[in-house]
Amino acid sequence: MKTGAKLLIEGLQREGVETIFGYPGGVVLPIYDELYDSPLRHILVRHEQAAAHAADGYARASGRVGVCLATSGPGACNLVTGIATAYMDSIPIVAITGQVPTSLLGNDAFQESDITGITMPVTKHNYLVKKAYDIPRILQEAFYIAGTGRPGPVLIDIPKDVSTGTVETDPPRVETVSLRGYQPTYKGHQRQIDRAVELLTLAERPLLYAGGGVILSNASEELVRFAEQMMIPITTTLMGLGAVPGDHPLNLGMLGMHGTEYANYAVTECDLLIAVGVRFDDRVTGKIDTFAPHAKIIHIDIDPAEIGKNKKVDVPIVGDVRNILGELVQKLQKMGHYQTWHEKIKGWKKKHPLRYKDDGKLRPQYIIQQLSALLEEDDIIVSEVGQNQMWTAQYYCFRKPRTWITSGGLGTMGYGLPASMGVHYARPDKTVFDIAGDGSIQMNIQELGTIAQYKIPVKIAILNNQYLGMVRQWQELFYDRRYSFTELPAVDFVKIAQAYGIDGIRVESRDEVQSALKTAINTPGPFMLDFRIEREENVYPIVPPGAANNEMIGGNNS
Amino acid sequence: MKPHTLSILVENRAGVLSRVTGLFSRRGFNIESLAVGTCEEPGMSRITIVCIGDDAQIEQVMKQLNKLIDIIKVSDLTDNERVERELAMIKVNADSGTSRSEIMQIAQIFRAQIIDMGTKTLVLQITGNTEKIDALETLLRQYGVKELVRTGKIGMLRGSKTVKSGK
Repeated sequence: MKTGAKLLIEGLQREGVETIFGYPGGVVLPIYDELYDSPLRHILVRHEQAAAHAADGYARASGRVGVCLATSGPGACNLVTGIATAYMDSIPIVAITGQVPTSLLGNDAFQESDITGITMPVTKHNYLVKKAYDIPRILQEAFYIAGTGRPGPVLIDIPKDVSTGTVETDPPRVETVSLRGYQPTYKGHQRQIDRAVELLTLAERPLLYAGGGVILSNASEELVRFAEQMMIPITTTLMGLGAVPGDHPLNLGMLGMHGTEYANYAVTECDLLIAVGVRFDDRVTGKIDTFAPHAKIIHIDIDPAEIGKNKKVDVPIVGDVRNILGELVQKLQKMGHYQTWHEKIKGWKKKHPLRYKDDGKLRPQYIIQQLSALLEEDDIIVSEVGQNQMWTAQYYCFRKPRTWITSGGLGTMGYGLPASMGVHYARPDKTVFDIAGDGSIQMNIQELGTIAQYKIPVKIAILNNQYLGMVRQWQELFYDRRYSFTELPAVDFVKIAQAYGIDGIRVESRDEVQSALKTAINTPGPFMLDFRIEREENVYPIVPPGAANNEMIGGNNS
Repeated sequence: MKPHTLSILVENRAGVLSRVTGLFSRRGFNIESLAVGTCEEPGMSRITIVCIGDDAQIEQVMKQLNKLIDIIKVSDLTDNERVERELAMIKVNADSGTSRSEIMQIAQIFRAQIIDMGTKTLVLQITGNTEKIDALETLLRQYGVKELVRTGKIGMLRGSKTVKSGK
């Protein structure tokens, strides 16, 4: 005889789970009791939101499904931002929540919330389990759904009487999950691939536009091979950074609102856009009508709903990006070179490089560049959201996939610190940096407690400008410098770290940057750096909201 | 922009209807009518939704519906040979002798049935396409329609073609 809780823990182990992030509470007591002497590693966070972000960070860094666990009601509700973050970036996590006993469901019982209802719009699928017998099947399905096709979060809500309920014999386990309502397409349609080859043969100014889908399908190698074979320049989205080495000669860096000028000019002038694992997000396209206005578009994505959603495309190819790029490489002859096109891009690169005023003051771009020079190519950078994220995206040279962990779609402030904990457990031998702002870090700063308790060696670099910097920048540019509620009083972050038993240094001048970064890297365990940067430094260039991508401002400010 | 009739085959599970309707409201699509019931396949239900949108919008809503795990098949019946029906019940004022017989005459012409007769009201049942029901309602307005309830449209392809599982 086995309890539902026991079946759950056994099921998690069968799925290969080693680490879960969670927070106990009333209705998950049976599950926690089962965890007590299970070989699963459980990391006790300080807030359930952090458990979801940590599971998400784990998934992004490892490519496997991350797992988090919370109690009913407030515990489950606190997961929601983390689940939505994972949903927007197609990250596979399984979130397990406790629920009030089935007899009390719908009665407004203590700590009851309809978490399957609440998370319906932000999960790929969710389950309310009705009997212990169903737990193994549902868990197996949940992992399958989360990790296949276009990945995403799945939530399993388990009432207390289901986790204490028993089964006489183990329910049978299926070899492979098969769901009649869920059959992702992996192989590209042959006729569409042939049409893509035809367009590629005719193009004079082709451009690859690669995104998070390339990272998710582990297709970086295929992407680079394809680009090199055809000599096609590549621009990536925020989510696609690391898919192509940052210093690769064909790489134009990021496009869109804070992209490089040359990437945005290239996308405006290309005659063939090969969109790979992307979704034409508004932060990428700017004004949609003026995005790639002269280009035929080939769109490769595993999710048919992304094709034609924001922009009409000429050749849709639904399937796994890796398969399809591999097939295109097979079908295409080495050719092209597009001499004139490359000359043109080289001109833009020379005339409009990314730049900032390096005048001896402590500027964030300089810090990121120094960090980029100091770390190894497979060390991992996590970011918060805002200016810190954009400066990192612009000035850190990502050389490998899954070394850049950031909340792109939802733009969740407070993501970085808890996500970096998950990243550590996925890649324990790598240095993990969380690049933060003083606003973002304070959204989940309680996780210093978790980091201290488990001695998680995360290095935290706060780019501290005592502002909600990105919002302040918009107020400066678009709201007549009326800094409405964006100023934050100074906080002594080093003292906060110290209160948790974590070492740190405050850095106030450019000269101290290198040695401070080295100290952080070389000190075993967690470390906090509080960089007091130029307060009103902006992220440039910027495409104003609603403008066309080639109408950037601030590109020539220095 | 025209009305489209979507026939959706779903797993007969708790919450599936709210997944479908939630998707419509979340993505800004309007539902004109909706009808649900069990169907010939055990464990499945069929939902018929009429919604208005341009081709791109309808394509997007169908793709999004297809992504729901509990949805087995989505078909747009609109551009196919099909039969569609809707049922309505109309409670109409009928207190004087004249209006009573007039209403019964109208009912006869529309092949509507009188399914309840009170001292002051009649209840008519009518089956047909949306336009037919609208027309009857318009005619009855002059007597005072006290209550009207419609099932929402259901539809089916003509001939041997069906909307079956296997998406």
